Amino acid sequence: MTVSVTVPMAMNKRTLESRNVKMSARGVKVFYGENEALHGIDIDILENEVIAFIGPSGCGKSTFLRCLNRMNDTIAGARVEGQIALDGNDIYDPSLDVVLLRAQVGIVFQKPNPFPKSIYENIAYGPRLHGLARRRAELDDIVESSLRRAGLWDEVKDRLDQPGTGLSGGQQQRLCIARTIAVSPEVILMDEPCSALDPIATGKIEQLIDELSESYTIVMVTHNMQQAARVAHKTAFFHLGDLVEMGDTDDIFTNPREQRTHDYITGRFG
Amino acid sequence: MTTTNLDTVDSRRRQRLDTVQRSLKSRHARERRFQGMGLFAVITALVLVTILFASILMRGVPAFWQATLYLDVHLDPEVIQVDERPVRQAAESPAQFRERELVWLNQLGMVNWNGLIDEALKAHLPGEIESRQTRDLRALVASGERFALRDRVMENPGLIGQTISVKMLASADVDVWLKGNIDRSLADSRQQLSAQTREWADYLKEQGVIRNSFSTALFLNTDSRSSPASAGLAGAFMGSLFMMLIVIALTVPLGVASAIYLEEFAPRNRLTDLIEININNLAAVPSIVFGLLGAAIFVGYLGLPLSAPLVGGLVLTLMTLPTIIIATRAALRSIPPSIRQAALGIGASRVQTVFHHVLPLALPGILTGSILGVAQALGETAPLLLIGMNAFVANVPSSPMDQATALPVQIYLWQGNELRNFFEARTSAAIIVLLGLMLSLNAVAIWLRKKFETRW
Repeated sequence: MTVSVTVPMAMNKRTLESRNVKMSARGVKVFYGENEALHGIDIDILENEVIAFIGPSGCGKSTFLRCLNRMNDTIAGARVEGQIALDGNDIYDPSLDVVLLRAQVGIVFQKPNPFPKSIYENIAYGPRLHGLARRRAELDDIVESSLRRAGLWDEVKDRLDQPGTGLSGGQQQRLCIARTIAVSPEVILMDEPCSALDPIATGKIEQLIDELSESYTIVMVTHNMQQAARVAHKTAFFHLGDLVEMGDTDDIFTNPREQRTHDYITGRFG
Repeated sequence: MTTTNLDTVDSRRRQRLDTVQRSLKSRHARERRFQGMGLFAVITALVLVTILFASILMRGVPAFWQATLYLDVHLDPEVIQVDERPVRQAAESPAQFRERELVWLNQLGMVNWNGLIDEALKAHLPGEIESRQTRDLRALVASGERFALRDRVMENPGLIGQTISVKMLASADVDVWLKGNIDRSLADSRQQLSAQTREWADYLKEQGVIRNSFSTALFLNTDSRSSPASAGLAGAFMGSLFMMLIVIALTVPLGVASAIYLEEFAPRNRLTDLIEININNLAAVPSIVFGLLGAAIFVGYLGLPLSAPLVGGLVLTLMTLPTIIIATRAALRSIPPSIRQAALGIGASRVQTVFHHVLPLALPGILTGSILGVAQALGETAPLLLIGMNAFVANVPSSPMDQATALPVQIYLWQGNELRNFFEARTSAAIIVLLGLMLSLNAVAIWLRKKFETRW
């Protein structure tokens, strides 16, 4: 039994181009206290590709995602070993400013978490923080273009001063994506971005991911294999803290090399 | 076969339902018992609070109105024999002028003001009053009132020779007698006032010369021992105000800052654990211990003055700090971590995350905690007794270094006063004032919380 796969249109055009490695990990281990959650992950993430991390709960895929912009720093007792590089530069280098890293590698969380401020302020906060806009008009431009790219502009343009928390769940998640785009990151991490959304909102987010992959590298964690099959160019399967297999999405789903991958995608465990 | 099977299935089902039903009965009974006990507890508490408030109000509210004499005093030039008010001459040095002015003030002080008041009283009383009855007569008026009359003439010497209408507080004993706070059937020897004075008081009340009027003295005067009727809360109020300003100025920034540091920035290690345990323990230390500490350190070691609101404020600051730190930490902890992650995720630093997002959201909780902490400090008595704030102070303090007392301490002092049946009412009135202040502080806390909450 296999999952039917439709390869995204955008991908076909770009497979021929040679692409640079955007982020790479070598021997990444993560410890929560004494407990080793990841046992040495090696991975290369190419520029402008959408890569999905799949695997059963507790397999370490979210943990690894959070290593990519050092969100694990905020968890007490978490420790990262090994090397993760962005454009060849070690992101765990003590001299590197984590704020700069997070401006380059943005993150969208599982549950939509807009600030309890207006829609405008939600988007404007990041650019203002990093000094990306000097004048109000520039800021207005960033807000509009970010909301347009997130496909939310037409729905909220008349109520930018309304609270972001008043939007529906799907709109809130697109607002969070717009907020991430507004600081012009190079990589966007998405931690199960659709798990709290209904199928229609999920469809919109997936379409958005496909569009965004034109200009961003997107790394997403998902529990939904169909979703990985629909939007990801590459898929990586994690199991019990190991990266079992990574490859082109259609290879993983139609012709996995490892037995564990095969068992998982055919629903034998998970 | 099948029918028996069905029967057993059916009977088992019925058995199961019966068991559930039986347990249901006892469960409901338990629920009712618990609700009954809860209701009983709430009603008991409400009844007790009602009794408390009713007794305070019943005693205290009448004390806001005091027996007052409405008299026409003739400022007889024969009695007030003073020179013209000195005017400064061109050739005079300030010292020389001051000397002449003092002579004049001295003359005013020597005037028999009581005699003038006596005359005014006699005009309303029937029959001839002999000079041996002067004592009884003077017992009618609060002893401080002659100075009020003197001050009025001192300010405006042009009044001499005129007849002016004056409101004078009746003495505390007269007030008690007329309000019926003392048993009228007691023998003369056990009464505070002579039979003659009591008769006159009743007569003047009947004539409308003595009326109940709102006691501004309670709010505008300081404590008084010689003239209890004019004892007021002004000194204690200012003392409490200075202390509260010190407490607010010190505890809120210090407490909130340490809570933010401990909650958001401090590493979790042995030292911070120790600090946390100590803060929690400090919140449970009896307040009188802080008084001892204040007496030893601020007064004994640093040599700050006794009875000063500055010392009181510092002691209350120490007492309030743990409360505010704990309240602020709880408020910070209640902000969902998703907000912090959102801010960190778009590249805000930790300080920016805290000050742009977490703190504004935690503000209602912090404000509520701070105001309740300050209100608690406002009502604190015990530590102040140990740093001399229970002294008798007859001035309104003009700075935190002056001697002063505080509202709750004033209540304590009045409650223990020997003129009990006057000061018991005064005490209740002061309690009402203090409770009023507390309630308004709490109202402000609720208002602030609502205001900042709706701001999402």
